[in-house]
Amino acid sequence: MTAASLREFVADTPAEDDSTLAAAHSALSQAFTVTEEPGAPGRGTRRRAWLDTFDWRLYEAGLTLEFEQARRGGRLLLSKADGTPQAEQSVTRWPRRPGLAEDLPDGPVRDRILVLTSPRALLPIVKAVSTVSVTRLLNADGKTVARLVTERVTVTAPPGNTAAGTTAELPPRLAVTEVRGYPGQARRAAALLAGAAGVSHASQGLFTAALTALGRHPADYTSGVDAEITAAMPAPVAVARLLLRLLDTLELNVPGVLRDIDTEFLHDLRVAVRRTRSAIKLLGQVLPADLAEHYKTEFKWLGDLTTPTRDLDVHLLGFDAMTEQLVAASPADLEPLRAFLARRRAREFRRLAAALRGPRFRAIIQDWRKALLELRDVDGPRRRRPTAAELALSTTGRSFRRIVAHGTAITPASPPESLHDLRKRAKELRYLLEFFAPLHDPVAYRKVVSDLKQLQDCLGEFQDNEVQRHEISALADAMLAEHAAPAATLLAMGEIAANLAVGQAEARAEFAARFGRFAGPAGRERVRVLLANETQGRR
Amino acid sequence: MKIFATYNIKGGVGKTTAAVNLAYLSAADGHRTLLWDLDPQGAASFLFRIKPRVKGGGKALIRGTKALDDAIKGTDFDRLDLLPADFTYRNMDLLLDTAGKAGAGTRPTRKLARLLKPLAAEYDHVFLDCPPSISLVSENVMHAADVLLVPLIPTTLSVRTLDQLTEFVDGFNGHRPQVRAFFSMVDRRKKLHLEITRDLQAERPGVAATPIPALSMIERMSVERAPVSAFAPGSVAARAYRALWSELQQPPKELLPL
Repeated sequence: MTAASLREFVADTPAEDDSTLAAAHSALSQAFTVTEEPGAPGRGTRRRAWLDTFDWRLYEAGLTLEFEQARRGGRLLLSKADGTPQAEQSVTRWPRRPGLAEDLPDGPVRDRILVLTSPRALLPIVKAVSTVSVTRLLNADGKTVARLVTERVTVTAPPGNTAAGTTAELPPRLAVTEVRGYPGQARRAAALLAGAAGVSHASQGLFTAALTALGRHPADYTSGVDAEITAAMPAPVAVARLLLRLLDTLELNVPGVLRDIDTEFLHDLRVAVRRTRSAIKLLGQVLPADLAEHYKTEFKWLGDLTTPTRDLDVHLLGFDAMTEQLVAASPADLEPLRAFLARRRAREFRRLAAALRGPRFRAIIQDWRKALLELRDVDGPRRRRPTAAELALSTTGRSFRRIVAHGTAITPASPPESLHDLRKRAKELRYLLEFFAPLHDPVAYRKVVSDLKQLQDCLGEFQDNEVQRHEISALADAMLAEHAAPAATLLAMGEIAANLAVGQAEARAEFAARFGRFAGPAGRERVRVLLANETQGRR
Repeated sequence: MKIFATYNIKGGVGKTTAAVNLAYLSAADGHRTLLWDLDPQGAASFLFRIKPRVKGGGKALIRGTKALDDAIKGTDFDRLDLLPADFTYRNMDLLLDTAGKAGAGTRPTRKLARLLKPLAAEYDHVFLDCPPSISLVSENVMHAADVLLVPLIPTTLSVRTLDQLTEFVDGFNGHRPQVRAFFSMVDRRKKLHLEITRDLQAERPGVAATPIPALSMIERMSVERAPVSAFAPGSVAARAYRALWSELQQPPKELLPL
């Protein structure tokens, strides 16, 4: 079986119904002698899994990563969505738990996916166990001229997955494989199969078919806000939908955080919390007052709870990049800092995990959802105004005007806090834009967001450097207190702090130009166009 | 890629059955294997139920207008492919002697070696099943092969043939195939057979210790149209080929350190 041109079919009948297979065999016997091949290569049990990051980075890049288990270890196969092979690599053992691409042994698959997936872990999205049987198709001389490979597949969604624990049996899959030098015979067999009752061409690959059977869709997780809202919808309903969408994202990330699969689960969870807090603050006027007030406190608690672990994650993720900046000190000098950060992170993570398993968090999740569902689905008469579009218009306009006023007052002599405040306001505007994205004209929206993003990057650079510089100094104090800081380490940390100060000064110098672009006449015009479209009732 | 060739100036000595069974065993051991049936009679092709026909004939292959690759057929066995015989191979001497596209600049005795070269990425082992004769074809085969497998019927005459062949190969400049002989169609009831096999194995380096006996099971191959190792793997014949194949993968005994 050297050549492997595959012609794939799928039975229309469910897994337990053999009538289609009988029909397939009978169609093939019009031209061939059909006989079982007990010793055929590839026959028996086949175990496979498809891997991707939680946020489908490989899928988004048009790639599919398959792990085929062998008796010992297995093979990783990277292919394009259309099945074209891209890279292949042997691995010695089945990854027991989701792993980072960094943890794979060197090889072509690792090389291709490292940048794409980092820092996310590779999770088994679907596991498949199949029973493969092979039938030979013989010509009049009794020579095998093609083979029919029948595969019965059971698929499961492994734990740590949005469809965890679900199992499905797929309808049998049939494939004609070519024997080298007999392409015509394989074509003929495929044509006969295509005509058999209950057999149709496989329109989906096995991975896609498995996802469908498990009730999933590729790219069914995104950390973005894509609530279903319309312009004419009463504002409370739109806000409830938005907050429910954020709550979904938050909840989806909890198992990944608790299993500590990768750092981005916590990051996405925090973004959902921040967005929720902003939504309550900026749009809370359409919610019952006591509800908004209570959850303002609860989500602040949740946000604060996650901060120490995330800050340490950021330090550790950027650690190598940080050591590369060193000129005077050696990267080895910083290793005690890395160890210190890792110890602290472990401690903070335990505290975080305990709280996420605790009653307060559970209550937030359950009661908040209940309240939002009531708000969304309430029956009977209610106020139709303001509409979602009216709310978008008033809040977005107000937010933009605040930034303009705030930013214009900033001079080179202003303290860092003023830039920090502006950054928060800019983030709020960004969230408002994202919340109401479905109501905006896409072109006008992209223009405003692009300007805003430039400004946010500059403010973020300024603020992050400031915060990190203070943190380095606090870490130095803490390490000294624990006698965990050799002099060389402290000196290296001093150099890092100096680098951060340089970066911060550069960001500060950039500020005026970026702000000018965003809030100057052209920038204002772009916002005016965006909001003018809004008043025309675009959906 | 290692090239084995079964060769004997005489016909009916068990060349094809050896080539077919050894190629089968090579593939069964996990080696990607190709068997080229160079004999216009097409016995090896017949045994694999493959039509002895190549589009464009031997001419297209030797001239290089058709790549060997395109003429290859998969057998019923995993990793084992066959390049079929064609009746036009009977004129192969002539074809090798006239310059073609692939032949330009290549000596007539080295053309087969050159044609086989591109297959190196695809196959671990190639078996050439040669027609009985002494001709330009056989000389080409000897130049291409890494191992020349010579089936011998235990007669005094065949011993002379082996000596002549060894001497001929020794005269080659550069690449010389290893000559590995083995006794074929050995009849245990014949005293002469036993004497010659015993004596020659002791005297000559490169003569395999494993003989292939004359067995009706081997003749049955033409009825079953499959290697004996495939249809009767537990038979004496299959065991003999298996032992011979194991032995051939070791260096000849003279090369073993004492």
